[in-house]
Amino acid sequence: MHVPDGFFNVPVSAGAGVVAAAGVAVCLRRARQELDDRTAPMAGLVAAFIFAVQMLNFPVAAGTSGHLLGGALAAILVGPATAVLCVAVVLLVQGFFFADGGLTALGVNITLMAIVTSLVGWAVFRLASRSAPRSRTAVIVGSFLAALVSVPTSALVFTALFWLGGTAPIELSSVAAAMGGVHVLIGLGEALITALTVSSVLAVRPDLVYGARGLAAPLVLRTADGEVAVEKPATGPATPPAPKRGPRPILLGGGLVALLLAGVVSFYASSAPDGLNKVAADKGFNAYERPHDLENGPLAGYGVSGVEDERLSGGLAGIAGVGITVLVGGAIFFTVRRRRQDKAVA
Amino acid sequence: MSAGHHHALYLPGDTPVHRLPPQCKLIAAMGFAVAVVATPREAWGAFGVDVLLLAVVAAVARIPPALVLRRMVVEVPFVLFAVAIPFIGLGERIEVLGVSLSLPGLWAAWNILAKATLGVVASILLAATTEPRMMLLGAERLRLPALLVQIAMFMLRYMSVILDQARRMRIARESRGFVARDIRQAPVLARSAGALFIRSYERGERVHLAMLSRGYTGQMPVIDDLPASWRQWSAAAVLPALALTTAVVARSLV
Amino acid sequence: MTPGSDSGTAVSLQVSGLAYAYPDGTQALFGVDLTITRGERVALLGPNGAGKTTLVMHLNGILTAGHGTVEVAGLPVRADTLREIRRRVGLVFQDPDDQLFMPTVREDVAFGPANLGVRGADLERRVTHALDRVGMLEAANRPPHHLSFGQRRRVAVATVLAMEPEILVLDEPSSNLDPASRRELAQILKNLDVTVLMVTHDLPYALELCERSLILSRGVIAADGATRSLLADDELLAAHRLELPYGFAPSAHPR
Repeated sequence: MHVPDGFFNVPVSAGAGVVAAAGVAVCLRRARQELDDRTAPMAGLVAAFIFAVQMLNFPVAAGTSGHLLGGALAAILVGPATAVLCVAVVLLVQGFFFADGGLTALGVNITLMAIVTSLVGWAVFRLASRSAPRSRTAVIVGSFLAALVSVPTSALVFTALFWLGGTAPIELSSVAAAMGGVHVLIGLGEALITALTVSSVLAVRPDLVYGARGLAAPLVLRTADGEVAVEKPATGPATPPAPKRGPRPILLGGGLVALLLAGVVSFYASSAPDGLNKVAADKGFNAYERPHDLENGPLAGYGVSGVEDERLSGGLAGIAGVGITVLVGGAIFFTVRRRRQDKAVA
Repeated sequence: MSAGHHHALYLPGDTPVHRLPPQCKLIAAMGFAVAVVATPREAWGAFGVDVLLLAVVAAVARIPPALVLRRMVVEVPFVLFAVAIPFIGLGERIEVLGVSLSLPGLWAAWNILAKATLGVVASILLAATTEPRMMLLGAERLRLPALLVQIAMFMLRYMSVILDQARRMRIARESRGFVARDIRQAPVLARSAGALFIRSYERGERVHLAMLSRGYTGQMPVIDDLPASWRQWSAAAVLPALALTTAVVARSLV
Repeated sequence: MTPGSDSGTAVSLQVSGLAYAYPDGTQALFGVDLTITRGERVALLGPNGAGKTTLVMHLNGILTAGHGTVEVAGLPVRADTLREIRRRVGLVFQDPDDQLFMPTVREDVAFGPANLGVRGADLERRVTHALDRVGMLEAANRPPHHLSFGQRRRVAVATVLAMEPEILVLDEPSSNLDPASRRELAQILKNLDVTVLMVTHDLPYALELCERSLILSRGVIAADGATRSLLADDELLAAHRLELPYGFAPSAHPR
């Protein structure tokens, strides 16, 4: 569902807008590298496809039907960069041409539905399909898992944004549970449809599935000395340039690990005082402790004020901490890199 | 999960609003939406001013209220959610007609409803007075990345073609007795979805070939230029400026 | 190989020994030779799968031949001449929806010349002239999907005419047209003063519009002559899976 105006406050809407703009900008460059001068028409047609397939009614049970979000599907069919662009364009068109989704909520909507689902879907797909020997089955199973994880993850990010700047006074754990619960179910439906759709494309034109590049059997030459297999270059509409690994896999992987550690594992950390605290207590100079200025802040004590459940409170604080660190660190990194590039050019 | 309202909202006309350059209208609509979201929820007067402003724009643009109301149906899912908030919200509770409701929850529901509605109406007025092609040209003028605008252009152009194909596939399925009852029919639909993707992709390749045949070298040629004068920018700026002023005043009073 | 009509002997298109195989190895063209002089209207006939569309895609460099040459008004098709070749060869595909990809008719017709660097009043003039020649001037500001199929066909021709080509190459121009649209298109093509190469299954259409025909079969030009004589040769037609429509007799149609 598209978030309307007023659901998030101004700072979160603006912040999400910045994230969305940055994400889209990166994907524009990446997509152009891969598709070159075919980018505009190909991505446009795929965007039209996504728009159409989102309207397909998939029956669930008597009377109810579900709809595809399409982020993970797009990432597996045309690659993550193009997928983000296509879904983002669909959202922009829906917002400006069909009044679907708030204009101030475009940042949030693009972040949740274009960036998170596509990138998380692609990351899970890569992990899943690489851990098994390359085959069509691996691609299909990978698609299932990718879509399955992408939807609840998007709901989790929504919950995090809601905690940061949602305008409704609802118990955060209720939001998390409701969103999470519903979206796990939706994720199941999405996973099934995604896997089936990828499978049907694989059956007819496997060369069009980005996630299945390199699956084609190598050509065989019959020479005087017998049969020789030829190393086939990547099949597909275009031979992509030798992909630079780039920081993305590490960023994604590291980000996921950090979130897991901060959000879940941290709860099991020892509650015994750390080195400095223990020494301060033993030596007696902890009497000079003064309360921190931000002691009553929302994240004080590595907990989220207002969230009763300890585990959830700690976990969310951890996730928030990781998020803030990544944003600030990233901003610094990019500023410094930009400066260096400018200096290099000058 | 969008309900898919793909009927174009544009209503042809020759009013001062229609004649404004699209980049001005885009900024005006966004500015208005930002002002609305920044308005404190207790400021009834400010929201009243916003409604009045939109009504004036609609009147000048000769957009029939029925069109706007019909289109506001898009809002329904969030209206339902907003209505539920007072029941499940936290904080001080009050009695309304014998039902216990959360006071902050009521405020929050009002906040979301008011702002979402104003936002939707502003979007509707924007789409109703701006031709899709002009909207894209305006976006380009506003320095939105050219590639993004081009992708949107192709998407809009082929949206109806792909939707038509999907519709024909559905008719073909139903003509052969297919009824989508439950999850066991999903594979059939997925096969249609897969076929739709392949056709869309192959068409994209053919379009690219057609572009090459007419001399395309990677850069879309500049065909139209769309300058906007100071006067036009000022005219368009009236809406967001008034809304913003109202919001600022309201914030200072609260 | 007849030199052609009385419009002089300037050669619009010269193909020599063209051979091509698809990426999967299947060879499609086994040495095609043909010459078309300026002002001629020539039909390219042949059964399904003969390689007609493949041949046509060599004419503006979309496909690169494995062997042989293509020259358009003397200019050979090469990587460095593609821009000029694509101006000279106006290719109209079978599906107009693939060719009308801009938001309005006007912008579609302007796309080609704009890519060649034409701007401003000049561009306007070309667009207006091209649309006028196909009788679609009133539709200039409409989006392509609001036009009927026949109208889109005509606009597709205009998009190519605007580039002022040396030779107009049409792929199945009469397919899916109702009889009235077919006639309208035929009128337009007859009144154009460009060289025309028309790939078609529609033998009566070929007879009506083209005084000369080529038959492409099994990857080579199997026959080349006056359309009337080719269509009257039943054995020739049968040998290449060509059939006249029920009840159509070429001799009954005066030229």
